[in-house]
Amino acid sequence: MTDVVPAPTAWEYAPAPESRALVSIRPRYGLYIDGAWSEPAAGERFATIAPATEEHLAEIAQGGAEDVDRAVRAARSAFPAWSCLPGSERAKFLFRIARILQERAREFAVLESLDGGKPIKESRDVDVPLAAAHFFYYAGWADKLEYAFPGRPRPKPLGVAGQIIPWNFPLLMLAWKVAPALATGNTVVLKPAESTPLTALLFCDVLRQAGLPAGVVNVVTGDGRTGQALVAHEGVDKIAFTGSTEVGKAIQRALAGTGKRLTLELGGKGANIVFDDAALDQAVEGIVTGITFNQGHVCCAGSRLLVQESVAEQLLAKLRRRMETLRVGDPLDKNTDIGAINSAEQLARIKELVQSGRDEGATIWQPACVLPEQGFWFPPTVFTEVAQSHRIAQEEIFGPVLSVLTFRTAEEAVEKANNTPYGLSAGVWTEKGSRILWMAQRLRAGVVWANTFNRFDPTSPFGGYKESGFGREGGRHGLAAYLDLGEGADAGVGGLA
Amino acid sequence: MATAPALPGSFELPSSLRLTRVGAVDAVALEARAADLAGRSIKKQSKLLALDLAIRVMDLTTLEGADTPGKVAALCAKAVHPDAHDASVPSVAAVCVYPNLVPTAVEHLRGSGVKVASVATAFPSGQSPLAVKLRDVEAAVAFGADEIDMVIDRGAFLSGRYGAVYDEIVAVKQACGAAHLKVILETAELGGYDAIRRASLLAIAAGADFIKTSTGKASASATLPIQLCMLEVIRDVHDATGRRIGMKAAGGIRTSKQAIQYLVQVHETLGLAWLTPDLYRIGASSLLNDVLMQLHAQRTGRYQSLDYFSND
Repeated sequence: MTDVVPAPTAWEYAPAPESRALVSIRPRYGLYIDGAWSEPAAGERFATIAPATEEHLAEIAQGGAEDVDRAVRAARSAFPAWSCLPGSERAKFLFRIARILQERAREFAVLESLDGGKPIKESRDVDVPLAAAHFFYYAGWADKLEYAFPGRPRPKPLGVAGQIIPWNFPLLMLAWKVAPALATGNTVVLKPAESTPLTALLFCDVLRQAGLPAGVVNVVTGDGRTGQALVAHEGVDKIAFTGSTEVGKAIQRALAGTGKRLTLELGGKGANIVFDDAALDQAVEGIVTGITFNQGHVCCAGSRLLVQESVAEQLLAKLRRRMETLRVGDPLDKNTDIGAINSAEQLARIKELVQSGRDEGATIWQPACVLPEQGFWFPPTVFTEVAQSHRIAQEEIFGPVLSVLTFRTAEEAVEKANNTPYGLSAGVWTEKGSRILWMAQRLRAGVVWANTFNRFDPTSPFGGYKESGFGREGGRHGLAAYLDLGEGADAGVGGLA
Repeated sequence: MATAPALPGSFELPSSLRLTRVGAVDAVALEARAADLAGRSIKKQSKLLALDLAIRVMDLTTLEGADTPGKVAALCAKAVHPDAHDASVPSVAAVCVYPNLVPTAVEHLRGSGVKVASVATAFPSGQSPLAVKLRDVEAAVAFGADEIDMVIDRGAFLSGRYGAVYDEIVAVKQACGAAHLKVILETAELGGYDAIRRASLLAIAAGADFIKTSTGKASASATLPIQLCMLEVIRDVHDATGRRIGMKAAGGIRTSKQAIQYLVQVHETLGLAWLTPDLYRIGASSLLNDVLMQLHAQRTGRYQSLDYFSND
């Protein structure tokens, strides 16, 4: 063609916001104890805000020791009836909860994005469907517990489970914890994260709709003090915690010698390892997903990239170009790829660590993107020329900040990947199947993804090595965390290594 | 070893069974990315731009045994003025027909700016001797076709005779003269994304101006992941050589929503520069009226009955 037709000079996508009218937020919330709303004994409250706009959303109750005590007592008195229900009857409640979550999926997605700042396409396509899937999955186990662990025909529930969940996946982490606990016949006192309590509070309405007996699930909102009171309460038989390694260590210290069971799902510094034969464009997708999914507020984020030196330049060029296309902005806009940082506190932590990266001599790169003025925002960031000794190669940043290191051989990749206090996740990108297996055997990480990243499924156990915690959530393994399997069960019997 | 004058630089000539440096494609991540981009919500002004663009890049196609000069004449009229009631609606990029109907198309499109594209090389199977295919191309060019849509020899490709596929494309390119060459890979018959990537590179190395997904005559046609796979090859070639290769998605694109998804993918993979009929085409026979209806709805806020749009 001799005549050239000019391309458009711009194609800005018009705003495509999901409707906020889908949710009605109450001005203030109480505590959900024994199937009813009640006021916190001390009358203390705090605000939850939308991190994208700093808009005040609601007043949340600060649960104190007295409130926690009430909740644990309610859970305790609900336990005999609930644990004696036939498994098939408990399953019906779980199926009902799962279906209601699906029916109210848009409402939950909007609320999750509003309160937590994550893009609506993630809450809509990942958080809420996966939360429902967990209830469906564990509903299926409720009447098959006798067959779940070979040689262990009489698994018994533990009693009252105290569950403390983080702010990065509020509803999903609730589902990960509540679904197996209920399926196995335990009752629950749940403490949602201070900055993102709204979907857990909306979930109480789902429990009401599902007709769950009073006291089986109790929700006590509050800050770290509330969590401490729950951990310290004598009536709790098991603590399940997801959050920072620092708090996890404190919980473990507090529980030492008490006989309470504990599972911890803590921090991580996951490595995405890219070999020179990998499908590079798709590896780039995995790297981008690994570090920008939920603004990098993911314990299993691929926050380190280990790339084979022979393709490093080519891969990084592709990565930068891809990152230029990321759309940062309004979490409720359906075209947003990266939403808001969850809180001012987290933003400060990210900034502090990024500054340390600059100070220690790593090279920083960020795409040109305009951040909103109001709210908490951080652009996707790539550090190159990172040394293994830099803080940004060792510490969990929990933001959209990627540290790039190179390697020459598979042995070196394994050594570098394992060289952190954490051990939660890793990704291996290669076209060679035998190399994937070779790497997976040597990587000290609870999850190793091959040619993909951040894939979750209720049937697949999830958990960490080393300072990333212990215990598994999801799959058959997830049941064991809420059951007393009998003598010697902790030593890897019953088919659970 | 064959030579590849069209592709200087660091690419090795893909003339033997074992192609080196083709690169791999991972199906799971490719499809996930395509699905992610398909989820873009294009509204208001951005949708108007997309619909306008969808018409500008369209190859309005009729490839039936029953095609007649009358039918092609009607299609040409539609191609030049898609909407009789709205002169602001642009013409399509080209009309795509069989060689015998090229003279009719040339006659009716003269001076309109709308190109005449002709399928050739024993379309759609490609299972004829090279001499016959070349004669086919020469005839279409002699009739006045501006663009030739050839098919690759899948039989040769699938039996590993990449050199034969390559040499044939080189010969066809020569026979095209000044006409632009679109190389149809018939992706549904190649057996996966790795093969599509390999065939794309082969076609580009041999001198293709465009690479095109499908004939529309096979069991399956263009899909979003297949286009993405081909766009990534185009991007790699541009990175390595600076050459801009065009992309044509064909077959199965019937609705505005689909067309917008294809355009969004091009936009976010290759950038704005490719959003011109010089570098991007959608081959379709039944898409145009749906785009016109959406365009009308977007401008007026009302949907019209399809009876208001001419069937051609």
